[in-house]
Amino acid sequence: MVASQKSDGFVVFDGVQKSYDGETLVVKDLNLSVAKGEFLTMLGPSGSGKTTCLMMLAGFETATHGEILLDGRPINTVPPHKRGIGMVFQNYALFPHMTVGENLSFPLEVRGLGKSDREKKIKRALDMVQMGAFANRRPAQLSGGQQQRIALARALVFEPELVLMDEPLGALDKQLREHMQFEITRLAHELGITTVYVTHDQTEALTMSDNVAVFEDGRIQQLDPPDVLYEEPCNSFVAQFIGENNTLDGVVTEIRGDACVVQLDGGELIDAKPVNVTQVGERTRVSIRPERVEANKDRLDADAHLIKAQVMEFIYMGDVFRTRLKVAGNENFIMKTRNAPDQVRHKPGEMIEIGWMPKDCRALDCPK
Amino acid sequence: MAMADATAQTGSATDSRGRLLTSDGTPLRRALERANRRRKLTAFALVSPLLAFILIFFAFPILQMMWRSVDNPQIVNALPRTLDELRDWDGRAVPPERVFVALHADIMDDLERPRREQRIGPLGVRLNYELSAARSAISRTARDVPNFEAPFREAFTDAHRLWGQPELWRVIQREGRPLTLSYYIAALDREYDEFGNIVKRDENRRIYVSLFGRTLALRLVITGMTFLLGFPIAYYLSSLPMRYANLLMIAVLLPFWTSLLVRTSAWIVLLQQQGVINNTLVGLGVIDDAGRFSLIYNQTGTIIAMTHILLPFMVLPLYSVMRTIPPSYVRAAKSLGATPWTAFRRVYFPQTLPGIGAGGVLVFIISIGYYITPALVGGQSGRMISNEIARHIQQSLNWGLAAALGSMLLVGVLVLYWLYNRLVGADSLKLG
Repeated sequence: MVASQKSDGFVVFDGVQKSYDGETLVVKDLNLSVAKGEFLTMLGPSGSGKTTCLMMLAGFETATHGEILLDGRPINTVPPHKRGIGMVFQNYALFPHMTVGENLSFPLEVRGLGKSDREKKIKRALDMVQMGAFANRRPAQLSGGQQQRIALARALVFEPELVLMDEPLGALDKQLREHMQFEITRLAHELGITTVYVTHDQTEALTMSDNVAVFEDGRIQQLDPPDVLYEEPCNSFVAQFIGENNTLDGVVTEIRGDACVVQLDGGELIDAKPVNVTQVGERTRVSIRPERVEANKDRLDADAHLIKAQVMEFIYMGDVFRTRLKVAGNENFIMKTRNAPDQVRHKPGEMIEIGWMPKDCRALDCPK
Repeated sequence: MAMADATAQTGSATDSRGRLLTSDGTPLRRALERANRRRKLTAFALVSPLLAFILIFFAFPILQMMWRSVDNPQIVNALPRTLDELRDWDGRAVPPERVFVALHADIMDDLERPRREQRIGPLGVRLNYELSAARSAISRTARDVPNFEAPFREAFTDAHRLWGQPELWRVIQREGRPLTLSYYIAALDREYDEFGNIVKRDENRRIYVSLFGRTLALRLVITGMTFLLGFPIAYYLSSLPMRYANLLMIAVLLPFWTSLLVRTSAWIVLLQQQGVINNTLVGLGVIDDAGRFSLIYNQTGTIIAMTHILLPFMVLPLYSVMRTIPPSYVRAAKSLGATPWTAFRRVYFPQTLPGIGAGGVLVFIISIGYYITPALVGGQSGRMISNEIARHIQQSLNWGLAAALGSMLLVGVLVLYWLYNRLVGADSLKLG
């Protein structure tokens, strides 16, 4: 799938490798294509190579091997200031000795724009982020959220076609972060700019992006739209990294096309969907989302395998109930149920039977 | 709920004047003072040795020096009667006989005092500052005074011709006051003419103003040199990982750890006419034997040696400021389309200004106090005002003039500091 996009992408990484010390690769054979106007998020734990990729695209790091193309042109040898890429930095990097207006004026001045043009564009950019009244303030006089908006406006004021964002919301509190997530996506779509966004926050990745590339160990583990990523993780790393996840280890005993039966290490049999298991006898780790676990037999298929579970803990969270179960020896098996009028509140110690739709239980690779 | 009740009750307790009370009825303010008093006392006890040290060995000597630059007791103490008689003298002709009578009486009084308390000696020294040869006039006359007989005017003028000159009397009349500005007047290369106006000295006797000017210029050059050399070093150090930076910092700090004399002597070995640098250049054929550079015992020597010594004072504040500038600023500037040079000039450099200011002020002020180095490598043209002050304190023993020069220097520095504070703001100084 990745290979087919290569030719028509706006941003293309073609076999890019990066090493800092000549001994280990930080980025291993990266192939990635971002379409024009797409919002792509690079998601991964720290040290997974996502920021390095962003820095190579911005021009602050050079690719050790491979080619990076921007709008069809190779840019490996183009210095950063000639790439015309807008960038929002982790700590905003607003110039502290300049006012907000001067900060925004900077990219226009170095491009040799006249005063009236500059003022027009600065005003438009500030209005875009609802900061029109702040042009004469210094960055230090602004709150974190306001600085964030200015940084965004500065990256957009010279109308780049591509904007890079390096964990731009990391320093904000939760509420502001959620608000800014919405703002950023709205702006990106309104202006039709291509955005490459780096974060380690999976909620951010899911809510903002058209496509998410999950990075781990210098490779893209999965590149898909958020819903596919969440519901159909293709390996146990992605399943574990995105959202909450229950895992059970076992051996495949039967494969029938789109379904398989897994015998857990405790002897129980469960239904699963084979994702990257191919033959009977293979060890697997099955993953089930907590909200897809069902204790009400009426909502399950009649022939679904049920499995015994002991309630360890019941946590009331308002909109949902979290029930911690002991299932097949795993004491951290979570069931999430909606707070509905007919919902049962299980008591600790109670023995119940749970099950799930086979398609929600994915038999993935078993990490060593 | 119980908590809320308790707060409501104690929180609203006030005395008749509406001041808040604590739960046992003492005013809140007093309770707080009592609680803080012990802490304040401890804090004061901790700093008091340093405070005492600063007062005794720093503030007091400075005040005393400033006092000495205007203190003028010698003539008033030695010649009270003479000054009385001189009060309405017009300053033109030699004073009348009654002045000489008073002078005789004053000197006779003084000769009866124990030797250590005699005031004639200091008088001679003091008058000599204003009029050379006055000292010998006084001391030679004083010996003969017991044998003088009236008329005293002739007796005195016979003993020394200076007594017959109005010039000396004008000095006595003018400086017969407990406070004087004459040291400052001398420090500004000025003197009194015969009508009591302050005028410039003869061209060949002017020293200090041009020396002040030269000191200022030399210091500016030295500060500029340390900046030019220190900025790239600090920039490079700040871009290195901590452990390499610390290693290289040792190289920068090395001059600190070597004795001033050793360093200065090393420069003499390198820079003198038959020294390493000149010999190498001659050996390489760059210059011929007659064209050896004079690199030492002149201003060049002072500049080279002092730049080397003061470099760490520039590098350290610069380095500490540069360390705190995140690389993302320059990156941001580049991503916004600025060339590396523009990014440096408009984004990086302005943020190093507090460091440049601190380093500049530090080097400038410290360079004022340096007098050993210029004395050793400066020759005649590389001397600074500090050398002149040292000379007056150690050799000519004119402490009044030394104090006046020192006070002017101090005021000059304070003015510069005030200017800096007005222009840049002293709270932006970052010294480490």
